[in-house]
Amino acid sequence: MAVLPIKFTKTKRDKLAQVLWVLNWISVVTGIILFSLGIFLKVEINKRQDLMAESQLQSVPNMLIAVGLIACLINFLGGKICYDCVDTNKFLRWKLVMLPYIICTFFFTLSVLVGALMCYSMHGQLEEALTLGLRDAMRHYKDTDTPGRCFLKRTVDLLQIQFQCCGNEGYRDWFQIQWVSNRYLDMSQREVVDRLRSNVEGKYLMDGVPFSCCSVNSPRPCIQHQITNNSAHFNYDFQTEELNLWTRGCRQALRDYYTNIMHSVGLTVLIIWLFELSVLTGVRYLQTSLENVLRQGDPECESDGWLLENSFVETARSNLNIIKHLGKFNQINISSNGDPNLDKPPTAHYGPDNVPPKPLPMAS
Amino acid sequence: MVVGKMKLTFQKRVKLAQGLWMLSWFATLGGAVTFALGCFLKTELRRRGEVMDNTDIHCVPNTLMIVGLASMGINYFASRICQDALDPGRFPRWKTFLKPFYGCSVFFTTLMLISVILSYIMKGSLETSLKIGLKNGIRFYKDTDTPGRCFQKQTIDRLQMEFQCCGNSNYRDWFEVQWISNRYLDFSSKEVKDRIKSNVDGRYLIDSVPFSCCNPSSPRPCIQYRITNNTAHYNYEHQTDELNLFIHGCREALVNYYMGLMNAIGAVVLSVFLLQCSVLASVRLLQTSMEAVAGQENVEVDSEGYLLEKGVKETFMEYVDPVLKLLWLNEVTPAEAKAEAGTS
Repeated sequence: MAVLPIKFTKTKRDKLAQVLWVLNWISVVTGIILFSLGIFLKVEINKRQDLMAESQLQSVPNMLIAVGLIACLINFLGGKICYDCVDTNKFLRWKLVMLPYIICTFFFTLSVLVGALMCYSMHGQLEEALTLGLRDAMRHYKDTDTPGRCFLKRTVDLLQIQFQCCGNEGYRDWFQIQWVSNRYLDMSQREVVDRLRSNVEGKYLMDGVPFSCCSVNSPRPCIQHQITNNSAHFNYDFQTEELNLWTRGCRQALRDYYTNIMHSVGLTVLIIWLFELSVLTGVRYLQTSLENVLRQGDPECESDGWLLENSFVETARSNLNIIKHLGKFNQINISSNGDPNLDKPPTAHYGPDNVPPKPLPMAS
Repeated sequence: MVVGKMKLTFQKRVKLAQGLWMLSWFATLGGAVTFALGCFLKTELRRRGEVMDNTDIHCVPNTLMIVGLASMGINYFASRICQDALDPGRFPRWKTFLKPFYGCSVFFTTLMLISVILSYIMKGSLETSLKIGLKNGIRFYKDTDTPGRCFQKQTIDRLQMEFQCCGNSNYRDWFEVQWISNRYLDFSSKEVKDRIKSNVDGRYLIDSVPFSCCNPSSPRPCIQYRITNNTAHYNYEHQTDELNLFIHGCREALVNYYMGLMNAIGAVVLSVFLLQCSVLASVRLLQTSMEAVAGQENVEVDSEGYLLEKGVKETFMEYVDPVLKLLWLNEVTPAEAKAEAGTS
């Protein structure tokens, strides 16, 4: 009892082979798309490498790149096979290769699905990497003279300007770190010394933010120092003022940005997976119908195509048996004490009459 | 005196027609590219239209778009002509069409060359337009409550951050305008009153710049207030400090950007121009060589093709005369008309 059998006439088979040839070439293009999506993702993650802590984020784009390349190869081979399948003689060339090819492609489509699901599940890893990375970047904002960290100020400033965000969760994060380097603090001034002394760790903390937190939408010139002090500025109430600085935190801004990218990429990969699966199904039908043609001997006759010859359960059972016996081919049968010739009935054939010859007289 | 005479065998004629067909399709593509580049340039100019005083510079992208469309049409007809050229039955129907076709093609091809030259000529006009536009933008920076000008602040801030520039010629332009609105000045404070009194026009001028002039590459937090006062900041000397603010003026930055864009576009348009010229010359050669064998029984003979039958000046007058007659510039004077009437 075959699984999903379909009857194929000769013209139907030829048409199927031609359609599959075109579809395989389209799949090569989708493989290239997968590859370029992987590269795009890799570039996007590397661009903000300074702001992300070490994590396994690189595995997703690497997987997409590998899958894209393999897709190109597999579908190129599939295109060649389908092109030859129109002619029954040429099909004999590929007969032995087709079943392993279909099995490989099936496992490959599984990996495409895994790649798509990985895109959606990167969420949690990304959030953690961003939180830690941004926190460290802000802490080292002032270290523009330390080799290895001298570009962090520029990176954080450009990030806040481009993504229209301020700090990790909000602008108050800047109140808790010293973002002005000691090189630019006048230690002889009383005010500076007082501030340093009032802090347990000797950090110069103030209620000010860097200029990159300033919002361009504000109607008044930017207030970036003494933000919480209403009396320091004319006509200013910091509780109600929303346009002066960016209100969004950079972690949320980056997370939204990357989530959008990942979701679009994941969706595209899912669609490509469905397409590959349909191509695989077509190739399976083509293979089984052509094999049935060979069994029946007449290249012009109708034949059945199916997904599996027997039902799922029987196919699984027979495959398991094959796998079991694969391991047994060099094992000895111990029921006859190891001697393979004992208890073997004679199988010699003595000509058409099957009369055993007379024993030859022995010379004395 | 024939210009550009060339002997063409039958095989050469066939090859010329085939090559011309391919070339004309490439030239059509080139025309489409020219049109697209014109649209792109127009969009870019309009994006920063708020800091430009006039739209004179828009003549460059407009010309490019017209030339691009015309080029697509010309090359399409060229491909149709060469398709019919080798078929003596179909070729004669193009006869009456050819003269206006050549006239239009030469006109639009020269226009293509002119558009490239225009983009260099208009540099001065662009610079003047930007100078006035930026000056106004900086002057109206503080007027965020005046309808029609409330987005000037946002425009100027975004411009300065994107092009990494400050002010019109440099950051000192901000010292000469009041960029803080009176709404945010505390008139009861002595400092504010002194400053306003010390200025002839009663403006609040300070040696400070908006935050958008700050350079993110600076190693120290941005110094935007009291820039010229070295004692106001620790370890600061404003003469030698170059990284604190953007040193380029926005006018220079924008002019460089647009000239770079127009140079790149000019290079592409020049190559399309050369392609188009070769297409036109080939069509002319093919047409004249086909006309030489027209009416003969054996079409596979050698024939001569030429570019111009008469000299350049005579051909030019031949084309321009009908146009002038149309415009009545070649009127016959009354005295001559009488003489003609008398002799007839």
